[in-house]
This record gives sequence, C-alpha cells and structure tokens, in this order.
Amino acid sequence: MATRVLVPSGVLGLGFDAQALARGVAMGPDIICIDGGSTDSGPFSLGTGTSKYSRAATKAEWRQLMVARAALGVPLVIGSCGTCGTDSTVEWMLKITRELAAELGQTIKIATVLSSQPGDRLQKALAAGRITPLQPAPEISPASLAACVNVVALAGAEQISQALETGADIVLAGRTTDTATVAALPLMRGDHAGAVWHGAKIAECGALCSTNPISGVIVVDFDDSGFTVQPMAADARCTPHSVSAHMLYENSDPFILYEPGGHLDVTAATYEALDDCRVRVTGSRWVPSDRYTVKLEGARIGGYQTTIMAVLRDAHYVANARAWVDKLHSFVSAEIDKSMGLGAEDYDLEFRLIGIDATLGAIETKRAVPTEVGVLGIITAGDQETASEIGKLINPFVLHYPLTADEELPTFAFPYSPAQSERGALYEFALNHVLELASPMDAFDIRVQVI
Amino acid sequence: MAKVADLVFKVRSKNAGPFWVTIDVFCGDATVFHEIAGALTSQIVAGLFAQPVETIKRFEIAALNVVKFSLPRPVVQGDRFDRDMHGAQWAVLLAEYEIAS
Repeated sequence: MATRVLVPSGVLGLGFDAQALARGVAMGPDIICIDGGSTDSGPFSLGTGTSKYSRAATKAEWRQLMVARAALGVPLVIGSCGTCGTDSTVEWMLKITRELAAELGQTIKIATVLSSQPGDRLQKALAAGRITPLQPAPEISPASLAACVNVVALAGAEQISQALETGADIVLAGRTTDTATVAALPLMRGDHAGAVWHGAKIAECGALCSTNPISGVIVVDFDDSGFTVQPMAADARCTPHSVSAHMLYENSDPFILYEPGGHLDVTAATYEALDDCRVRVTGSRWVPSDRYTVKLEGARIGGYQTTIMAVLRDAHYVANARAWVDKLHSFVSAEIDKSMGLGAEDYDLEFRLIGIDATLGAIETKRAVPTEVGVLGIITAGDQETASEIGKLINPFVLHYPLTADEELPTFAFPYSPAQSERGALYEFALNHVLELASPMDAFDIRVQVI
Repeated sequence: MAKVADLVFKVRSKNAGPFWVTIDVFCGDATVFHEIAGALTSQIVAGLFAQPVETIKRFEIAALNVVKFSLPRPVVQGDRFDRDMHGAQWAVLLAEYEIAS
C-alpha cells in the first residue's frame, strides 16, 4: 500500500517554512515524522540528559505540528526527543506536549518509547558477550560501563511500529536512528523495504536533499517498487543530484547504511527526475542480518574544566606567540607544582593560539603572522575546585608574562573579568558499540497515556 | 600547481558520528573529477591528517563527480583535546592542498 510521509524539517527546533508546511498538509500525508536529535553538537546533551535546542523554539514548532496533526487525523512521530533521547528528554517533550494539548484544547493518546539503558541490563549484556565494538571503539569494562552517566540504545523501525500499533496520536520516542520514524509506517504497510530505508535516509534531514535546504518541508511517497521525494517550499526543487548527494552527508560510506536488523545498500539505485521538482528512486536493496543489534551511545564525565582567555595585540608578542606560550606553559607548570603539589598526571593544561593554529593544531599547514592572537587556556582536572584554583594561579602570568627577562612586564588584553570561566563537567562519548537483542523490545519500553 | 579549492565546486567535511569524519570533494564536472581522482590519493589524505593510510576509506562516485574520504576522527568528538566539535573545518586541509595541473 502506498504511504505518504510528511517531514517538516531535519530537526525540531531548527525552524521550517510555515507555507511549505501548509502545502505539505494539503497533500494529505498518512503520517508526520520529525527528528528531535543527534550527536552532532557533542556529548554534553547526552551527558546531562538535556536538550540543546531552546524550549521556546521547540514548543513553538511543536505547536504547529500538533495543529497539523489534529487537522489531518494522522499520527505525529518525533524521534530522539530533546537532542539525546534519554528518558529525561522524553519527559521534557511530554511536558511540552501536555502544555500544548491544554492550550489547544486537544485530547491526545500518547505513546512514549524509552531508550535509556539501566546499568544492570548493560552489565548483564556485557558479561554475556552481547555488547560488541564497532570500529573504532574505546575499550570497555564493567567499571567503564558503570562510569557512564547516561547510556541510550538507538531504536529502529520495530520499536516505532510497536508504538504506532497502540493507536497513538503522538509518538514521543527516545533515541532512535535518524531513519526509524520515517521507515516505520511504510514498512508496516508492506512498501518496498530497500526503498523505505533509502527514502527515510533521504528524508531525515528534511529539505537538505533539495535546492532550498532551510525551507525544511518535504513529502516522500513510498510504494511497492520505490519512492518519490518532493520539497514543499515554492522555490525548492529536488533533482537527481540533490537527492543522491544526500547519501554522502554525515555518512562514512555513501552506499551502505546500517540499521537495527540489517543494512541498506544503494549501490544499484537509480534516480530519475519526474519533473522539475520530483525525483523517483528505485533499485535500493535492504539486506536483513542474522542478529538483531541496536547501537549504543554513552557519555561519561572526563573531568572538570576552567578556561582562561587573553588576547595579544603587541606585534612583538604576536610574531613570537608560539615561543612565548611555550615558555609560559613551562613556567606555570612549575608554579602549579610548587604551590599546589600537582604534576602533569594530575591535570591537563593546554594553550590554543587563536589566529595561529587553534583549529587544526599540529596538522595546520599555513604559516602567517596575524594582527592579533587569542590565547585560550583550557584546564582539565579531576574536580572543579582544582581546575579553578589552577586558573586563578596562572591568571597573573597569562596577563603579564614577559617574553625575555630584560623587558618591562607586558599586560595583555583580558576580554572580561575574571579572565577565567568555569565550564563544569567535561563529558566524553564512551561507547561505539552495538547491543545484541533476542527481541527488538528487550531494551525499550513503550508507555501509553491519554492527555 | 593549483589549489584543489580553485579547481572544484566545493570541499566539505563533517562528523559521521562521534568517531568518524568524512570529507566530500564535489568536483563539478567529469574532467575535474578525473583530475582530482587521479591526484588525491589516500596517501595524501593520510599525510594531511597525520593518520595511517590503512585507516582511510576512499570512494570515487562518478555519477556525482565526487571523491569522498572517510577516516576515524584523529580525536574523538568532544574529547578534551578535540578542537573542532563538528569536524567541518578539516575540509580546508584538502581545499588548500596544491596539485600539479
């Protein structure tokens, strides 16, 4: 049975064109699907179990989608709620949904899919050899697993399908793969599996597969032999190039995409322009796997940071910034040892020279003398107090350290007071592994409620 | 000698998950594609990133006139020594690379 999926945007919180959404709604989709997360902005969201996007922007966009859902009478699904898709960010999204339901006077059946993984489940799985590394993966042990503050498993189409089968109006899912929310309904209705996963991958970033990426809204039609994609913004077009190029995006292999239960192979896919706006894709293949595995994401605390910032504008110091910062580093390391009794194994202190090589470090290939140089000192220690104590200790030297012994003490530009800032915990990604499951629901919970 | 950026349509890089970075060289047309595909070897990319050549995955996608490289991130995303959270600035290493033309 053909299935029409409306994808309003690549992620909730990034915005979409309201007129394009209205045009998409007028197309009469069978479901509205949107992604709510990603690891793209780093481990902080997962570490803290919080959303990176503003609550106000999220609520304003979700309101429009809830209104569209009510008008259409079709399910609305969001995956990876609140960026990281922990139980806490599903709860955050549920609270926003409750507020909107009250404000809009809607009565809604909601299914939540919970992806957070309790420690004892993971320890049992590790002991049973059901957690295996992808390439490259950090070494893990019972202790390193226990040190993770949050671990989520990425749900696939199976878990989203289960949630849809409850008859829910809205599905709020924890961490899912980028494609799972779009793939679930077409797979339930028996559309071509290769086309479904390929179309879901093309659709997962909304209009990024079109000539007007920021317009957001696209519609994908799935059937028993392929899929057709079209953008909803008036000035946007999908071309065979814009659609096929999306397989390159954030993908280490442009032809293969691993999902729970198998992989997509688009090596033999063909892309055909139906007209100026629509592209038809056929020939994609879904290859089921023997084992059912879900990817794990975990974050741990790697230390606590304090940063300090100074700017060099004096041409003499700018020209000799590297030599100066190397001397400064040796000097303050000795001071930290003398005053605090801390050696190199107790903390990290790194100075990055903004304007010289702060972005690329040792692999920078350009050498030029800039107008000014930003000196960013990053201190990482086992606790915040130690990191900040080091920051205070080095502050006067970052401000005044002379390049040579016989010159007057310089004073560099501090952009604010105090020059040092506490960054709190440094979170790190701790897992690049998969968890093998006997049944897809073994690591996920679905809860249904009417609000 | 010519910079890759002056020959091609666009060079971009981005994380492919927290543990990988991927670089796409959009050559624009078949002539430039063949030139770039011939000149930008895995050895060159490994050298630019100071990584072992066997870690570099390389794809030539003629239908899109794209040469693509993927490699494990030299530093895992968000690690204390990571300098570029999204890995998007690494593209300049290829864009500014000079090839004989």
